[in-house]
Order: sequence, then structure tokens, then C-alpha cells
Amino acid sequence: MIINILQIILRFIVLVAIQVLILNNIQLGGVINPYLYVLFLLTLPVQTPKVLLLFIGFTLGISIDMFQNSTGIHAFACVLIAFARPAWLKLVAPRDGFEPDESPGIKKFGFRWFLVYASVLVLVHHLVIFNLEIFRFSDFWNTQLRVLYSSIFTIVLIIISQYLMHRPQK
Amino acid sequence: MRTLFELLWRNHFVLLFVAIQSFCIYLIVQNNRYQHASFFNSSNAAVAKINEGVTYFKEYIHLRENNQLLAEENARLRNTISFTTNPKDTIKPFVSDTLQKQQYTYITAKVVNSSTTLPNNFLTIDKGTADGIKPEMGVICGSGVVGIVQQVAEHYSTIMTLLHSKSKVSAKINANGFYGSLVWGDDLNAHESILKDIDKTVPVKKGDTISTTEFSALFPAGIMIGKVIESKLNPGSNFNAIKVGLSTNFENLSYVYVIDNLKKNEQRKLEEETQKANEQ
Repeated sequence: MIINILQIILRFIVLVAIQVLILNNIQLGGVINPYLYVLFLLTLPVQTPKVLLLFIGFTLGISIDMFQNSTGIHAFACVLIAFARPAWLKLVAPRDGFEPDESPGIKKFGFRWFLVYASVLVLVHHLVIFNLEIFRFSDFWNTQLRVLYSSIFTIVLIIISQYLMHRPQK
Repeated sequence: MRTLFELLWRNHFVLLFVAIQSFCIYLIVQNNRYQHASFFNSSNAAVAKINEGVTYFKEYIHLRENNQLLAEENARLRNTISFTTNPKDTIKPFVSDTLQKQQYTYITAKVVNSSTTLPNNFLTIDKGTADGIKPEMGVICGSGVVGIVQQVAEHYSTIMTLLHSKSKVSAKINANGFYGSLVWGDDLNAHESILKDIDKTVPVKKGDTISTTEFSALFPAGIMIGKVIESKLNPGSNFNAIKVGLSTNFENLSYVYVIDNLKKNEQRKLEEETQKANEQ
């Protein structure tokens, strides 16, 4: 249990570090800004208390905000994801439900399940962030296009990192 | 009363969610106001320290380009100082002339964090109140205008660059002296800005240089901003929207100069008083 918590804290630090030290510093045509750090919220154990989840979401978001000078925007999006996650998990739960202490991942639930589970949350997260950042309706479709490209890029990064962390058993 | 508490308890998850989101919205609105002190940004010392570490490595990548820029700037400065002109012209009788007092001082600062791909881009520099930096000072670099100081902490400050949706700098076309305001375009291109409010009858050629004006209390006149790329009539108005290629490359900025205008307060005060007098 203690090891689990330490592991989760370590994952938090590593993901925030990758986001602010690497991903925020590379330029991908000025259109794509991947936000890989949401992976942290996606892979928290299924049994995480809902209230705790909200606070974790806020802490994660505000940490990213501090590096980007975008106070509140990432926090808002992360808390929204933290709020929606329990209901979304219930909706897409496998037939025999989750075991306690289980975390959503490719290894346990397979590629297709994880792709659907992650894509929707990532898309919502990116949709909120890009639209809050720009905060205007001119170039509306241009913004949505940036959301789409960035989401796809983030999802690809998430899938790759899933395979790097634990190879699925054959 | 008890039913009320029960009701609250039953919905505590949703209520907490609404409370946190309201706080986030409060932070976002606060951040959008032009000037304020906030803990949650990159002038925060701990965050800036980490960014400084990243910059340490990033600097190496742009070393060659930055050397080139510095050498060019040195050459330009050498051309303007007295020993390149005829000494006879420069000898002046010694009078203590208060009108000739220095108006601008420059503080060099290192960029420790920057972004160019967001809709609102900032720089963080490693100088703050301890070095005499105050909000709303102009910031330039060897090749042109960079932006305006927004928030200041003791040893760090954040700068709103030209690549920010609220950035507005008064700028003129050097060829004919007409002026307008420079804003960032909606296409989020890190190399271009838009010069607004230039009448459609004003002739604008591709390649005309754009620089700062005499009106601004933040920048000395004549600091390079960029060159005209194309001029298009704004549909439904009498003004042209001129696309300007920026001379500053925000992607590899390492060192900047913060400008302290020693006469700024005098100018501001006078302008405010005049405005007040006219309102009465």
C-alpha cells in the first residue's frame, strides 16, 4: 500500500517534469501542444476516493499552470476530468467489474478498451484547455483543429508510454 | 435543519466540484487582468529556479545564433558612438545642460523560461525588484522589441511578449511616418504580427521597416519591430491590416534589455493631468 502511494507520487513528479521540461519546450509546427500529463489522472487506481480525486486534479493542474503562466486553466480542465472519471469508469466498466486496487491500463483491459477510455477524457481535457486559453470565438474551427491534432498526439504518446511501462502479456 | 445537512452531505461531491471550479475561474479571471500579484505563476522563485536549469541546457543549442546577433549589435552600436564620426563635429563646450540628461537606462537580464506556441506567451527573466525592475517597463533585445514587463517578484519577472492576445504596442512605418498599433494576429504565428489602424490611403510597400514611436513611454523611438510582409484592406473598414514579419526571433531569445525610462512618470503625470483638465 505504502509502496503503491510512493509509486503514484513518483509518477506525478515524473509526468509533470516530462510535461514542463520537455513537451512544453519543443515546437511542433506551432499547432500541436501535447499534454501528456493527464495520463496521471487516467491511471490512478479505480478505487481512489472521489473527493481525493478532485484535490489531486487541482494540484496537478495548478502545477502545470505555474510553469505556463496560465493560472487556473489547467486546474479547471483537470478537476473536470477528475469529476467525470468515476462516472465514465462506471459506464465503460468491463462486465465483471473492477477488482479493488486496480488501475486502468492496457495491460489489464486491452488496447481497444483503453483507447476508448483514454481518448474521450483526453479530448474533453484538450477541448477545455485550448478554448479557455484562446477565449474568443474568432477562428473557432482553427482552435478545434488544434484540439484534434493535439489530442491525437497526446493519445499516441499515452499509448506508447503504456507499452514502455509494462508490455502486455501474450 | 437536519434535512438540509443531509442534502448537503448527499451532494458533497458535486458541491465540492463546483466550489473548486469556481476557485479556478476566479484564478483565470484574476490572471486576465493586466497587472496583479499572484503566487501561481512562473515569477515564483521555486518554479523559476527549475526553469533556469532547463535554460542552462537550451542555451547551448542557440549559442551560435546568439553570438552572431550580439556581434551584429556591437557593430551597430560602434557605428553610432563618437569616435566613428569626425572629432571636430563632436566637440562641445562644457555646459551642464539638464535637457541633455540621460533618459533611458538599460538593465540586462537572462531569459529563464519562454513559450511561443500558446495563445498568450510569456517570458520569465532572472531580474526583479531587487534589480530595479518594475511592472510596465519596455523590454527589447539586440534585434528588436520583445514585450512589456507584467509581474515582478524579488529576483524574477514575467514579460508579456508581442505574442500575447492583449499585447498592444504603438508602431510607425519608417518610410512615411504613419503610425498605428501592433497586435498579435489570430493565426498564432510566432514570426508575424498585425499593424492596425493605418488608413487605406497610406502607401505601404512590402519590405518597409516598422519601428517604435515617440509616443510610447515604454520604448525609445526607433527601436526596430519588423518589416512589412503584405498589406490587406480590412473588409468593411477604411483601414489596412498590415502583416509584419517580426525582427525578434522569440524562439531563441537568451538575453534581453529591460528599459527604464527615467522621465516616464513625468510624462504620465502630465498626460493624466491634461486629460483631467479637459474632462472638467
